[in-house]
Amino acid sequence: MTRGTPPDQLVEHALERSRGHGCVVLLDESRTANLRWASNTLTTNGATRNRSMTVVAVTGDGPGASAGVLSRCVADTDDVAALVADAEAVADASPPEQSAMPLVRGAASPQFTDPPAESGIDVFEPVVGPLAEVLAASRTDGIDQYGYAEHVVTTTYLATSAGLRHRHVQPSGHLTVTAKKDAASTWTGVATRDFTDVDLGALDVDLRTRLEWSQRRVPLSPGRYRAVLPPTSVADLMVYAYWEMSALAAHEGRTVYSDPGRGTKVGRRLTDSRVSLRSDPEHPGQECSSVVLAHASSPVSSVFDNGLASPATGWVEGGVLRALVQTRHSASLTGLATTPGVDNLVLSVDGGTGSVRDLAARLDEGVLVTSLWYIREVDPRTLLLTGLTRDGVYWVSGGEVVGAVDNFRFNESPIDLLSRIHDAGVTRPTLSREWGEWFPRTSMPALTVDGFNVSTLSEAR
Amino acid sequence: MPLDPSFASLPLDVLADAAIDRARGLGASHVDVRVERTRSRHLSLRDCVLSGMHDGEDVGVAVRVVLDGTWGFASTVDLTPEAARQAAETAVTVATMSRPLTKRRIELADEPAWRGTWVAPYALDPFDVRVSDAVAVLADYSERVLAHRAVTHVTATLDAVRENAFYADSAGARTLQQRVRVAPVLEALGVDPDAGSFDTMRSLAAPVGRGFEYVTGEDGVHDWDAELGELGDLLAERMAAPSLPAGRYDLVIEPSNLWLTIHESVGHATELDRALGYEANYAGTSFATPDRLGSLRYGSELMNVTGDRTVPFGLATVAWDHEGVQAQQWDIVRDGVLVGYQLDRASATLLPGGPGRSNGCAYADSPSHIAIQRMANVSLMPGQDDRSAADLIGDVTDGLYVVGDKSWSIDQQRYNFQFTAQRFYRIRDGELAGQVKDVAYQGRTPDFWAGLAALAGVRTWVLGGAVNCGKAQPGQAAPVSHGAPTALFRDVNVLSTLEEGSS
Repeated sequence: MTRGTPPDQLVEHALERSRGHGCVVLLDESRTANLRWASNTLTTNGATRNRSMTVVAVTGDGPGASAGVLSRCVADTDDVAALVADAEAVADASPPEQSAMPLVRGAASPQFTDPPAESGIDVFEPVVGPLAEVLAASRTDGIDQYGYAEHVVTTTYLATSAGLRHRHVQPSGHLTVTAKKDAASTWTGVATRDFTDVDLGALDVDLRTRLEWSQRRVPLSPGRYRAVLPPTSVADLMVYAYWEMSALAAHEGRTVYSDPGRGTKVGRRLTDSRVSLRSDPEHPGQECSSVVLAHASSPVSSVFDNGLASPATGWVEGGVLRALVQTRHSASLTGLATTPGVDNLVLSVDGGTGSVRDLAARLDEGVLVTSLWYIREVDPRTLLLTGLTRDGVYWVSGGEVVGAVDNFRFNESPIDLLSRIHDAGVTRPTLSREWGEWFPRTSMPALTVDGFNVSTLSEAR
Repeated sequence: MPLDPSFASLPLDVLADAAIDRARGLGASHVDVRVERTRSRHLSLRDCVLSGMHDGEDVGVAVRVVLDGTWGFASTVDLTPEAARQAAETAVTVATMSRPLTKRRIELADEPAWRGTWVAPYALDPFDVRVSDAVAVLADYSERVLAHRAVTHVTATLDAVRENAFYADSAGARTLQQRVRVAPVLEALGVDPDAGSFDTMRSLAAPVGRGFEYVTGEDGVHDWDAELGELGDLLAERMAAPSLPAGRYDLVIEPSNLWLTIHESVGHATELDRALGYEANYAGTSFATPDRLGSLRYGSELMNVTGDRTVPFGLATVAWDHEGVQAQQWDIVRDGVLVGYQLDRASATLLPGGPGRSNGCAYADSPSHIAIQRMANVSLMPGQDDRSAADLIGDVTDGLYVVGDKSWSIDQQRYNFQFTAQRFYRIRDGELAGQVKDVAYQGRTPDFWAGLAALAGVRTWVLGGAVNCGKAQPGQAAPVSHGAPTALFRDVNVLSTLEEGSS
């Protein structure tokens, strides 16, 4: 046993111990830190360190190969040797896997031997002081704040028996705050890579403005209304639309992107022609892996594709569906280009200008949403989603917020909404309230859409 | 099943002593240590062929301290006394950094220092089954479903987990536990190229705290032969079924659907941490606030709901929770009135006039996460007389019979919900009159439960459940079961999802 072995050496050790036809090794070194508060006082917190190795042991060659995929925390070379042996035993006992392909060949990156990136509870130093001030001011002013800050840095070491050596560092962080005063509630959130750019004071000003808007109540009846959706809510809807973009599922005939029984809708008009939806590993401030890092196979990723380039891809361009999320296997079935998923998402609308406040100022009459919540699929044929507004909906008249209305349940399809755009803002980084925890890198404009379905009202505040 | 010797032989006491001694030496007033190992397996098949497999093993040491009235938490994956001591130091550092942000001191409800070992009842450990044998069972099930002319594609998944958990605290508690769970799912897809449409029908076998014998059906709990034999017909019937117009209908709901409505509208609403606002920034709060304990009319007098961490095969069933509290069963709603909450040791001290003792609802989903107040198996009690589902359907002139969960959503205070189902059958004049489609039922929690008009008997009572209930920041996933009889609800708002989606 060799404790303190560097991560790249543990990965090399795994490959050396491999006795099968092929082997893929992913080692994830993660560091997390979090702070959580409620009613202006800290509730829980934590700092964790984790090292998990995934071994894909391949038995057989090319199509017809079996994969034993096993992930486990590892401390030393003995653990690694046991993991490889166990993964190979699983591979030997497994039937061939559908998406089996030759392993990805590649060169060794010089960064592969670098140590993992570090983080700890001290990452919050830029915000702890301001947070204490904000909480103190909230107590004075009768406002209750509830919030959460999290930082995660994961360094992934990927190596294959076909020669590839790749290291990827992924920082992710976010801070979200809910503020309550009397019967009013509101929310804000930001994504960040390191907390140096989080302006708690500015967030607090925004929260206080919204609480002020809630002092006056305005009645609302179910029906269809012009609605301003902030970037966070647009992200909620677009992330779901992206998660449904499995080329394999579309090909089988089970999604909104299917031409059932015939194939996919790739090449067809899907939305307003001003719309484009793209992913780009180099998107500024939201950089993510430019190669496939697959810890398990699913309809949208294959362990055999580990290390495959995942370049910038336009999913929807000029309103036309251009690509769906592929593995090499699904690309061969669908006859479309191999366009792997990318871990960020950028929506833009040609001609969009301004912020969510600007869109509200340009609105004659309608609702202004703060955030959406509990979004679930009702009908996959149209991608009809249900969900609710949360922490404040406001009525806008003549470009001015005149008061708060009840929260409400909607039933809407994000695809359909992209054909009902009345006004659009400029694309900017945002945190999806519902999905940001799993998909933190999104850039979205605010959108004003026509005929938003206020299905039933909710008295939740 | 015996306790896994490869876990029991870990240096559990040594790790616990190292962390507890170090944290106490640094001034902690309370220290608890969890050493856990969780094995997980996911298998997925598309059209009878293996399309994905993943085995995981999560091991770690979690150290939680109370220092000067403030929590501190840290964890490590290294099972050495040195690493446990380091985690204890980090937990103390986290508490120290957090102290200026803390206004309310943490108090913990008293609990005897339990010592013991518990192994859940199951016959065949899912990790003693070779992958090829498990895949063969799912492939056979898939072939039977795919043989039907209405079925274009079939997917099958199996998730299995085995948990080992050791707990120790500075008051002297030491407990050791082992349990398993399995979640098998088959789904048939029908594609109609002429109509340009598609639909799915899914198996109803609930995830449960049982072994692989549940997957094969050897234990006789789930009738796989019957279900696999009818899935294609049920799918074909639904694809040809008429669309239901929106309106108000009486609903007879099977436990396979009602468990999720209970989970969302009662389970989450009666978590005390939510009711106190701790989840206001994430999972949400609750309309069932502590000031209404003993007076809030939750539903009709037929409504009796218990919290239960002891029910055999329940997904939230244990012997002790992650704070060393003994598993219990208690009333949450009695004769339609709110009478209890789900508690952990910190929140139990905040309940006005409450029991003063935790009812054992603290747990974490992994050693990397702090234990929080989570859900017990929250279940609706059956009716006293032995009525059947057919008896309840017989009481309905114009309504729907609701089978199997599908889509679900509820607001953050647990008022406005909307659910769909695997199958909605029209009821006319006390008889089933075939499936209808494009249906969702929607309600306001206290109004819906006030409409509870009849309960079928204990013979209709089934434990449903979920393995992925989400809560807390950082997010944690939890397994939990909910038992229910078939039940009749009057005058429920029913939406047409076709109309809802027509802009």
